[in-house]
Amino acid sequence: MKTLSRRGLLKRLLGSAGLLVLSGCDRLSQTRWFPPLLETAEPVNRTLHHLLAHRDAVAREFTEADLSPRFPSNGTYDPDTPAYNLLRASGFRDWQLEVGGAVERPVRLSLAALRALPARTQITRHDCVEGWSAIAKWRGVRLGALLEQVGPLPQARYVMFFCFDRDGNGAHYYESIDFEDAYHPQTILAYEWNDEPLPVPYGAPLRLRVERQLGYKMAKYIDRIEVVESLKPFMGGKGGYWEDRGYEWYAGI
Amino acid sequence: MGEGPHSDSAGGARWRRLYRHSPVVRVTHWINFPVLVILLGSGLQIFNAHPSLYWGNRSDADRALLALGARRAPDGSLQGITQLLGREFDTTGWLGVSKGAHGRPEIRGFPTWATIPGPRWLAMGRRWHLFFAWLFVLNGLVYVGHSLAQGHLRRELLPARGELRGFGPTLRQHLHPRRLRADSARGYNLLQKLSYLSVIFLLAPLAILTGLTMSPWLDAAFPGLITLFDGRQSARTIHFLAALGLVLFFLIHITMVVVVGPVNHTRAMFTGRLRIREGE
Repeated sequence: MKTLSRRGLLKRLLGSAGLLVLSGCDRLSQTRWFPPLLETAEPVNRTLHHLLAHRDAVAREFTEADLSPRFPSNGTYDPDTPAYNLLRASGFRDWQLEVGGAVERPVRLSLAALRALPARTQITRHDCVEGWSAIAKWRGVRLGALLEQVGPLPQARYVMFFCFDRDGNGAHYYESIDFEDAYHPQTILAYEWNDEPLPVPYGAPLRLRVERQLGYKMAKYIDRIEVVESLKPFMGGKGGYWEDRGYEWYAGI
Repeated sequence: MGEGPHSDSAGGARWRRLYRHSPVVRVTHWINFPVLVILLGSGLQIFNAHPSLYWGNRSDADRALLALGARRAPDGSLQGITQLLGREFDTTGWLGVSKGAHGRPEIRGFPTWATIPGPRWLAMGRRWHLFFAWLFVLNGLVYVGHSLAQGHLRRELLPARGELRGFGPTLRQHLHPRRLRADSARGYNLLQKLSYLSVIFLLAPLAILTGLTMSPWLDAAFPGLITLFDGRQSARTIHFLAALGLVLFFLIHITMVVVVGPVNHTRAMFTGRLRIREGE
């Protein structure tokens, strides 16, 4: 009898402790002070990862046999804005990528001009923050080559990508990476997916590939690139659409 | 496990106290408990963002080992469907479909009471997970370092010479509650030692390594990780199984504590001392 009631008590104690922990965690997530504490893990991970990996350590590349039979399209699968639809109708012939900001020689490049720049083809694994992975073949211009052409100013620190697509509230998608990633040999602005012109669900006319980070870093539907000194003046100030909504700017994890 | 100098008599029976747990063991134990609860809850929150598991490098929908999904029943209600290795189970209320924050059934892998945060919030779940993962690793390093340096591992955890021999046939006797209680006065029994060792040196490192393998950056830095676990999706699956193993260990651990004396053993994990009836 005594053990039974003791057992019952223990069960109730454990149950309520569990509930307390879980509802406590929900409440902590809503405070102003606790999430910033959790966020201290991000610079620790970023610093440690950069110490552990060689600057040019490459993501594994696969073969044609490894291609995903179906490659998911996440986030926006069609920007569907009047401006985008107009460009899309003419196969993006009238579109020009604008590269500016803190650079010596800003340029505007058509798809044909981009295709004439040093290109790279790679079959890589795309890891979504949600947990899925898919393998596809990408071909595009090396971002490093493009940057060499425009000549970033000494104070420049990040490359920022502004996109055509908006969310339901009208907020524009955008993303940013640092120069270490920008000059990485596998970092490309892809205009081809599995040997065909980049399809709309995957970011036509141009999408970023940063193979050592999660999918949300790889901006689709790129309209304009700006080289910047700081992330703060743009949108929510965290350097990207998802970052402004709580996701890590460093998405190598 | 030194025998303490304390002995007292209460209620006619004579008791003595055994010094059982060193301060470092006690502190790391109680840090570990909430840390693991949080890692589990936030891990399930992350899992819910894509509630399926696969083997290899790709997540091909038609080749899922486990998939928590939902379906509309003929009467229009939502049905939670769990697919496991090609078999299908109705898990409405638990997996696939369960009551959301507003009390209405919603499509979600694990239910709100099992995830941190409760509502769907991947970004926050990741923040919790990636912060507490560090506490788990640091706490584990302190514990293992201490165990190696102070001989806790050698004296209390590694089976003594000859202990493994002849244990099989007497297993049932060893599992009898009275025997367990009596044995617990002497130290960890063999099963206990083996389960602690496998948690410390197998499950925990496995959980950590498979967690690291899910990082695309670390995959580039250490390609061997992906080879070791046969792909990022297999690493994710093994990570989930390791967490499941830790949950199973926790359940057995609690059961054992209840069997051998919950008050005495829980108190010992706070004070370090176990009360033993004279003669046991």
